[in-house]
Amino acid sequence: MKPFGVHRGRVVPLDRVNVDTDQIIPKQFLKRVERTGFGQFLFYDWRFDAEGKKNADFVLDEPRYEGASILVAGKNFGCGSSREHAVWALADFGFRAVISSSFADIFANNSTKNGFLTVRLSDSEVAELMHRARDVNDYQLTIDLEHCEVRDDQGFAAKFPIDEFVRHCLFNGLDDIGLTLQHEVDIAAYEALHLTPSALHARRP
Amino acid sequence: MRAKRTLFEKIWDAHLVAQPRGRSPIIYIDLHLVHEVTSPQAFDGLRVAGRKVRQPSRTVATVDHNIPTEPRGTPITDLIAAKQIAALQANCKEFDVRLFDMDSPEQGIVHVIGPELGLTQPGMTIVCGDSHTSTHGAFGALAFGIGTSEVEHVLATQCLAQQTPKTMKIDVRGRLADGVSAKDLALGIIGQIGADGATGHVIEYAGEAVRGLSMEGRMTLCNMSIEAGARAGMVAPDETTFAYVEGKRFAPRDGDWEKAVEYWRSLRTDEGAAFDKLVEIDAAQLCPFVTWGTNPGMVAPVTGRVPEVSSLKDADRRATELALRYMGIEPGRRIEDICVDRVFIGSCTNSRLEDLRAAARVAKGHHVSAKVRAMVVPGSQTVKRAAEQEGLHQIFLDAGFEWRESGCSMCLGMNPDILQPGERCASTSNRNFEGRQGRGGRTHLVSPMMAAAAAITGHFTDIRNWRFQ
Ligand code: SF4
Repeated sequence: MKPFGVHRGRVVPLDRVNVDTDQIIPKQFLKRVERTGFGQFLFYDWRFDAEGKKNADFVLDEPRYEGASILVAGKNFGCGSSREHAVWALADFGFRAVISSSFADIFANNSTKNGFLTVRLSDSEVAELMHRARDVNDYQLTIDLEHCEVRDDQGFAAKFPIDEFVRHCLFNGLDDIGLTLQHEVDIAAYEALHLTPSALHARRP
Repeated sequence: MRAKRTLFEKIWDAHLVAQPRGRSPIIYIDLHLVHEVTSPQAFDGLRVAGRKVRQPSRTVATVDHNIPTEPRGTPITDLIAAKQIAALQANCKEFDVRLFDMDSPEQGIVHVIGPELGLTQPGMTIVCGDSHTSTHGAFGALAFGIGTSEVEHVLATQCLAQQTPKTMKIDVRGRLADGVSAKDLALGIIGQIGADGATGHVIEYAGEAVRGLSMEGRMTLCNMSIEAGARAGMVAPDETTFAYVEGKRFAPRDGDWEKAVEYWRSLRTDEGAAFDKLVEIDAAQLCPFVTWGTNPGMVAPVTGRVPEVSSLKDADRRATELALRYMGIEPGRRIEDICVDRVFIGSCTNSRLEDLRAAARVAKGHHVSAKVRAMVVPGSQTVKRAAEQEGLHQIFLDAGFEWRESGCSMCLGMNPDILQPGERCASTSNRNFEGRQGRGGRTHLVSPMMAAAAAITGHFTDIRNWRFQ
């Protein structure tokens, strides 16, 4: 996993609440068996019309936001389906982080597994960033995971909360499975006390 | 350990494998359910790392999301879907995982077959790469959805590192009136607390109305927990639960059964145990609900109206305007004046035998409106057979409904069952997100009875006034 230290990048505002993962990556693109190549389908139904033509007024495709790597969005971002493809699509498109006042649990979990940051700020801070991203040309933010801080060059600075262990993993790009397997002894001990029910062992169909 | 614990805390504590300092607790997963859409990348990850499935016998797979609901044996014309199904078949073979395949007499939606086979049992930890895993909480299990990286994690370790969620009790006082189903209870709750009202929490549903629900009803209720943002939803096991599980294929047998039940009886929240959040619902205030917007919290009584935008605060106003524009409904419209083009009875929320019975009771002796195309998709092959034995399929067919093979179908339209742009659907599924049932499609979530009635009248109708034949 790619470590996340300090990231500076252009900000794009997506002024909608409850952005669900069906919007982030519509189901017709979930049939791939790879983890890559989902970026082109990000927000597909909002970015393209039914004929596959680009919808010029979708904010992500406004020339001024080209190359943005930080998305600011309304509350409850990433709700709905557990599809990790949503995170893969955002990351593949070039995003490193989403800032919102709240995230759905599974989306937030999935993000951390992909070196992708969900930054939780207050409603008013998110609203402020939304404004700045709209009003300031080439608006850039720095997300500093070492100090858990978001700041710009115009005096905005805000701390964000993050679980210390999650921060540690993101910061160092640690592989979760490897960490759990360090507890092999504990797992084996648990399994010795909790045997798999015999019914499950019966011959598979 | 606390002296007085909630149901959730008892199950959580019983599954703690390790609590590394400064890190998330590691919990053991009793049952891992797998389907074709969220697993291929996880199996790939195992291969790349040279890892095996740690407990193949605790891992059970089925195909549900992609498969057509045409008669089995009809070739799959969507080549990418076919490839994904083939990948699951190959992965299950390579890693020795039990698969209820396309042609299995027990194939079905993963959240329907788990309980039906007795795989789902009280006190278990259950995960699946699918947000509606919350369904299994109906048995007093801790069941929640995970992403593909976590699927790989569970395959490799049979464990998950999880931050401890918070707890929420939803106490439903009083009883549900006739015509008000578990689905309406779920929609009523989400309408009250919002689509993110339970984020970060595990809900325990309690109270007289919940106790009075059948297992099917409890599954419907727990299924929708995720639509309020909850990590999981659960109902303490009781005699209703035990009666359902007993004798199922993978249920404990003989001496094991008594021991299991004895343990299961201890799975209830201790008197006086503390929850992080409490919500009270008055069952008497509930009625049949219909969603009018693009998330399940945008809901109104069937006797009510779509909100007037002017009455709303700024933040809600914008979301409401966007939703109504997408849905093609003007503010203030009477719910009963909304006409539908399609009806879908199915999905892991409402495709069990009891749901089909309820819909058939409404459909009996009536005919689907000439303007409506209506389909019934049983949740599993087992449900389908049982329904056919009772003759429910004949009632549906006589009334002009399509009777199809089991799968997720138009709940998310990954197979050929989709809405056309602009089509409006009364659906018993769980999500009314934009484009969920097909690009440009408009979904209204309702109970099975309400869906059947809408199919017949062509618009939403208060089922409490229905003339059953
Ligand atoms: S029926 Fe719908 S919600 Fe349920 S598992 Fe299938 S796609 Fe997901």
